[in-house]
Formats: sequence, structure tokens, C-alpha cells
Amino acid sequence: MSDGSVLDHHSPYETPLHRDESAIAGMWLFLASEALLFGGLFLVCLVYSQTRAAGWAAGVRHTDLTIGAVNTLVLITSSAVYTMAVAAGQRGDNRGVVRFGLGAAVLGMAFLALKGVEWGQEFRESLFPGPHFALHGPDSGGAALFYSFYFLATFLHGMHMVVGIGLILWVCRKARHGAFGPAWSTPVDVVGLYWSFVDLVWMLLFPLLYLIGRR
Amino acid sequence: MAQSYLWQDGTLRSWLLTRDHKRIALLYLGSITFFFALGGVGAALIRLQLLEPTGAILSDAAYNRVFTLHGVVMVWLFLVPSIPVTLGNFLVPLMLGARDLAFPRLNLISWYLFVASGLLVLYGLFWGGLETGWTFYTPLSSDYSEGRVLPVVLGIFLNGFSSIATGVNFIVSIHQLRAPGMTWYRLPLMLWALYATSVIFVLATPVLGITLLLLAFERLFRVGVFDPGLGGDPLLFQQMFWFYSHPAVYIMILPGMGVVSEIVSTFCRKPVFGYRFVAWSSVSIAAIGFIVWGHHMFVAGESLYSAIVFSMFSFFVSVPSAIKVFNWLGTMHGGAIRLDAPMLYAMGFIGLFTVGGLTGLFLASLAADVHLTQTYFVVAHFHYIMVGGMVSAYFGGLHYWWPKITGRMYPEIWGRLAAALIFFGFNLTFFPQFILGFEGMPRRYATYPAQFQILNVLSSAGAGILAVAYVMPLVYFGWSLFRGARAPDNPWGATGLEWRTPSPPPTENFAETPVVTTDAYDYGELDARTGVADSGGAHHV
Repeated sequence: MSDGSVLDHHSPYETPLHRDESAIAGMWLFLASEALLFGGLFLVCLVYSQTRAAGWAAGVRHTDLTIGAVNTLVLITSSAVYTMAVAAGQRGDNRGVVRFGLGAAVLGMAFLALKGVEWGQEFRESLFPGPHFALHGPDSGGAALFYSFYFLATFLHGMHMVVGIGLILWVCRKARHGAFGPAWSTPVDVVGLYWSFVDLVWMLLFPLLYLIGRR
Repeated sequence: MAQSYLWQDGTLRSWLLTRDHKRIALLYLGSITFFFALGGVGAALIRLQLLEPTGAILSDAAYNRVFTLHGVVMVWLFLVPSIPVTLGNFLVPLMLGARDLAFPRLNLISWYLFVASGLLVLYGLFWGGLETGWTFYTPLSSDYSEGRVLPVVLGIFLNGFSSIATGVNFIVSIHQLRAPGMTWYRLPLMLWALYATSVIFVLATPVLGITLLLLAFERLFRVGVFDPGLGGDPLLFQQMFWFYSHPAVYIMILPGMGVVSEIVSTFCRKPVFGYRFVAWSSVSIAAIGFIVWGHHMFVAGESLYSAIVFSMFSFFVSVPSAIKVFNWLGTMHGGAIRLDAPMLYAMGFIGLFTVGGLTGLFLASLAADVHLTQTYFVVAHFHYIMVGGMVSAYFGGLHYWWPKITGRMYPEIWGRLAAALIFFGFNLTFFPQFILGFEGMPRRYATYPAQFQILNVLSSAGAGILAVAYVMPLVYFGWSLFRGARAPDNPWGATGLEWRTPSPPPTENFAETPVVTTDAYDYGELDARTGVADSGGAHHV
């Protein structure tokens, strides 16, 4: 066992449990902050999907529903697999944490790879807004706004995925050194909260980017 | 006895890698003092320029850059962090009876983020400059600006994470690290104020973050988000910007209110009148602050119905604000008032904040706002809150806790003189601006009609006095570090836990965790504990 089950001498806490509860609370607060970060983004979407409805819908129709749907499935699975890593951590099963953690990370990378393929297609089709934007006609302005939103939202979500994958790999590395036990697996839990949040953001982005206005 | 946190390990490395909240507070103090001075230079250039109707020293373009520098630096790199990251960082664990903040490492990271953001902003402001004002309104910032929008905006984005880290740290600390017996209603009112501030940090800052990110994205790739030329809605930027920046106004006053509550109680030797009302008024100012942002847009094409609702909520803010002012006065009533420098600053705060608050009601009234908006009346109004209020409280707090922070007393006579000069210089600077605005002088212009010159000269003269008065504490605080009298543990006879440990405190704050048995501001308990006989209010002659 390494650092987790004892407090270092400068710690402001009374007991390890006291410290671990605080870590969980800190992550929830950070996620509240994150929710408002993405909330601002959703507000932009809400406003323009109403005020520029026709062009916005034209943009939605050009997204790749197949990749979007497959990616949704991949990410939900990744979250589920990571939950098993959390359960393994609580049992003190370090090998389980590594196994399920790596599974979740690989699925996360698959999501990013598919997203990359999708972006590649879109760049080739000149769907990135600008002077050469592919969609013409009277609704072109609204469609360009949609794609501004699309690229920024998927970029921001992708950055959160990268951070999440990094955190999961960090947890796996700790587990490989046998860091967790039945008494202490808080980092696995804290990273799990973050990873579920990243998943949840995608659950909102998927309908906004691919479904609403498609028909 | 344990060694003080200042000298435990004197290497530069130990300071730059410290996780001690007290040392991080001092790192922050150094940084924001630099930014305060820089913003002050900007203010001085503005006031020099406006000595003459045609502009005394700067070209129009340079003037735009200077007032942008003043606004950006003062708001984001000084006022928003000011009290929370210095006094707050130092005091939250001490007032709770804890060894440190909940996340010491995160606290250090927040300082590095702050420094990085400051450097990025400075790079933008000095290599190329910026002329958008501190509000970055689109389409000026997205389309027309020739300045360095990108580095400044990304710097402020980064700065937001520093604020969020501090907010998370304070909230978790106040929930988790209260000493035995320290119930919520025994917390010093400073902590209620910092708690309310932290909620705003955590819930409003990310909205600014995404807004600035959208702006940066738009500017970098020339795609439409807010730019009307590309199909966007520039007013959406204002809505999102003010959703953060109005609550941020309360970030820039609530901590000051916390400081004033502490000082008024100590120097009147009375518990704060109506403790629970003062505590909850902080929370309600933060809460109502989230639903008043539209009052910045009364003349920006907002619908009449939204405007009426936003106007009404803006009036509601005056209720908890007035509760605070009346309760401070109630605390002073019948108290054994000592007029030491911190108390002079606190009294200055109460008066100037009241003027700033009442003129806020003029601006919240729809019909009056149409006449007054975008004039010097607005400038005077918010400087009464931000400078007359917050900066006074910041200086008051620095004097009050200076003995605890450094272990040295500052020279009292000089402290009082500086406080009086600041009050006088401040009013001379900004009161004429109310009249200028009422007479119709618009803000942010490099020149003005000759009829406004007398009031502008008065204002610039006041700014000169203010500049001298702000430099004075820098000098005598510096002097006191080496020559000041040694400070006892509790020089003011105050009740907080921070006064029960040596000045300056040891690294671990308390030799043993204190146990709290009474309400905050219980002077009877203090006398009983320290062995001072209660002789009916004749203490501290």
C-alpha cells in the first residue's frame, strides 16, 4: 500500500476518510462549474436553433448519424466498463482496476478516432465555416453557425475526453503498483465522476448535433 | 515554540513550491500589488489626458488602449482576486481552526495559473495593445478591433480557472475543516462572505470562460458566432458576458463586506448586530446577483418586459445590501469605538459603499438609465463600489491583519493619515464625475467639450492625492517589516481563532486544534479566557 491509507504530515484532515470525502466534494463542485461551462454552449445552440431554424436544421442534416450513433454506443460502454473499475477498486482488486480501466480508456480512444474520421470527412466536404463553406443557398448563414457550434462543441468535448483518458491511465498506473485496497480507492471514484460527466455531456450533444431538426 | 511560517525554510524554492496557504497568500499579495500598481499607472494616464478638453498627452488610439489596460488589469488581475486570494487564503484555515485549505496543491496551482494568465494578458496589452475596453463587446472585438484580442481573452479564460480553483477550495474547506464546535452560525462573517463569493466563482466564472472561448474561436478562425456579418447575434455576447460579469461585481464587493464586519465588531467591541441577517444577506446578494444581468442592456434593444423584470430584481439587491449597512451602524451604536486605521477604512467603506449603492438605484430605474447610461455617472457609480468600497476594505483588512501576517505593527499615525487621504482623494476624484455624467459627458472619450474642464481638473487633482495616498502604505508597510514593533498574538483584542495563535503563525497554524465553545464576537468569553476583568466596557483605553 502506498500513500492512500495514511495522511501525510502536512494534511489538513483528521482521518483518511475525512480527506477522501473532501476530494469527492471537490470533484462535484468542479463538475458543477463544468456544467455551467457547457451550459453556456448549449445556450448558444438553443438560441440559434430557434432564430436560425432552417439553416440550423440544414446543418444537422449534414452530420454523419452513423458515426454519431456508434460513438454514442462506444462512450456509454466505456462509462459502464469504468464503473466496473470503480467496483474493482472498492474491493481492493488492483488487477481489476487495471483491466477495466484500460478497457474504458481504449473505448475512449476509439471514440476519439471515430471523431477524427468524422472531422476528416467534414473538412474534405468543406463543412468548416468560411469562404469555401459547402452549403449554399438562403439558409447558408444558419448552417454555418451550426457548424461553428458543432466544431467548437466537439473540440471542447474531445479535450475533456483527452484529459479523462489521461486521468484513467494515471489511475491504472497507480493500480499497477498496487496502490488501492478495500480501505482506499478514492482516485478511482473521483476519476469515475469526471468520466461519467464527460459521457453525460455527450448524451446532450448527440441529440443536439445529430437528431433535433433532422427530419 | 514552533517556528513561524515565514522563516521555517527560507529558500526561494521552498516558497515557489509551498503548499502552505499563508505563503501562497503572500505570493498572491506580491502579484496583485504589481497589477494594482500597473492599473494605477493606467488610471494616472487617463486623468492626465483629461486635464485638457482636447486631450493633454495621448492620441485617441493610445487613449483607448490605456483605458482598456486600466479596466482589464484592475478588474481581472486585481479586484476579482484581491481579498479572496490574499486575506482569504491566509485567513480561511486560521478562522476555521484548520491546518490548511482542503486542497493545498490546488491552491498553489491556482497561483501559477494566475501568473500565467497575467503574463498572457500583459503580452497582449503591451505587444500590440487592445482598445475594446474590459468588456470585449462584439462586433468590436470580433471584427473591427486591430488590437491583440486573442492573447488577452485567452489570458482571462485561464484566469477563470484560477478563480474556480480558489472557489472550490474555500467551499470544501468551510464545509469540511471547521474546528470542533465551529458551527455554521459561529463562523466569522468574513467566512460567510467568502463562501458566497466562492459560489459565484464556481457557478458564474465558467460562463465567462465559454463566452471568451467562443469569441477566441470566432476571432481565430473567422467563423460566425457573435459576428452579425457572419449570421451571429452580437447581443448574445452581451447576455452571456454579463451573466458572469454582473455576479462578478459581487465578487468584487462581498469579500470587502466580510472584512468590514470583522473590523467593525473588533473596534466597537460588540458582536455584529443581527449576525444571522448579515450572514444570509451575503448569500442572498450572491443569489440575486445571478438574475440581474439584463440591467446592463436596458438600451441595447432588450424588450420592455425583460427590462422591467431586470430592473425590479436590481432593486431587490438593495435590500440585503441595506441590511448590511444598517447592521454595521447598529453594531457601532453604543459601542466603545476606537478609531484606528482599520476602522477608518471600514467607516470609509460604509459611507462610500452607500453612495455607490444608492446611485446604483438611479441606474436601475429604466427612465433614468436612458439618460445616464454610458456617461461618467456610471463610471463614478461603480468606482464608489469598487474603489471606495472594495479597495478601502482591502486596505482596511491589510492593516487589520498585517500584525498577524508579518508579526510586526505598522505605524499607526501613518496608517490613519493614509486612510484619511484616501477618503479625501477618492471623493475629490469621483464625486465630480457624478456631476459630469449627469450633465452628459460620455465615458471612454479621449476629448470633451470645454464646459466640462473644471470638473475634470478637480477629478484629476483628486487622482493625484489618491496616488500619493496609495503609495504611502507601500512605504510604511515595507518599513514595518524591518523596524515595526513586534506584534503580540492579539493586538486588537479581537475574538477570531486567528488571534489565538502566535503572530506570525507557525506553519501548522495551531499547536493544538482549537475548540470553539461560543458564538463569534463573544467578548465576554475573550475576557474570561485572557484574564481581563470585565469592568463594564472600559477596556483598551
